[in-house]
Amino acid sequence: MELLERFSRGEPEAFETLFRQFQAAVYAWVLRIVRDRSAAEDLTVETFWRIYRARARFDPSRPFEAWARRIATNVALDYLKTARVELVPWTDSRAERPPDPAIRSEVAAGIQRAFSELSPKLRLAATLALIEQQPYNEIAEALGISVAGVRVRVFRAVQKLRRRLKILGIEP
Amino acid sequence: MNRHENEKLETLLRTAIVPIGDSELKHDLWPQMLVRLEVGVARLSWFDWALAALVAAWILVDPQTILALLYQL
Repeated sequence: MELLERFSRGEPEAFETLFRQFQAAVYAWVLRIVRDRSAAEDLTVETFWRIYRARARFDPSRPFEAWARRIATNVALDYLKTARVELVPWTDSRAERPPDPAIRSEVAAGIQRAFSELSPKLRLAATLALIEQQPYNEIAEALGISVAGVRVRVFRAVQKLRRRLKILGIEP
Repeated sequence: MNRHENEKLETLLRTAIVPIGDSELKHDLWPQMLVRLEVGVARLSWFDWALAALVAAWILVDPQTILALLYQL
C-alpha cells in the first residue's frame, strides 16, 4: 500500500516517515513567516500534530507537501495573531540577520515598526511576497486563495505601510 | 502613486527587514513530536469538557436525570 494511503488510515510508521521526509520543508516555510527559529520549531511540531489529527480527511491522491504547507500557514497565522500584542515583534534581536547598515537605524526601526503594525494576514502575504520573494502561486496555494487575492493583500500591505511611514516621517 | 514608488518601498523594506538566509533545520524534531503526540492523546478536548459540564449541570438542576442517565448506560 502507498505511504500516503497508509498515513490516511492512521498507520503510525507512515506518519513518522512523512514527518521525517517533510519536517525540514515545513520548518523552512514557517521560519520564513515567523522569522524566529525557536518558534518555527514549535510551530512545525504543532503543524504535524494538526496533520496527524486530520489524517482521516487527507486525500492520498493529492500532494502531501501542499496540504502540509497550507496547514503550516494557518498555524503560523495563528501565531502571528497571538504575537500581535507585542508592539515591535520585528526588532533586530528577533530578526535572523540585522538590517542593512547602509540605511539609517531610525529608518530601519520605523519600517520594522510600521510592518509589525500590519494585520497578520497582510503581514504574512507581504513577508512571503516582498521580503522572502516566494512565487505568488505558491503563496496563493498555501493561503488557499487565488493569485489575484495574494496580489490584493500585498498591494493593501504596501498602501498601509506607505501611509504609516508617512505618519512616522519616513518618505521612501 | 506609481509602480516606481512601490518598487522603491519594496526595496527599502527588504533592506530594513532582510530575508531569512539559512532556513535549514538544525536538528531532528521527531523527539518533540513524540512528546506532543503523547500529550495530545492524553488531553481531553474542549468538547469533552463542555459535555461533562453540561451533564453535571443537568444533574444539579434535576437529580432524577441521573437515573435516566444510568438507564441509558
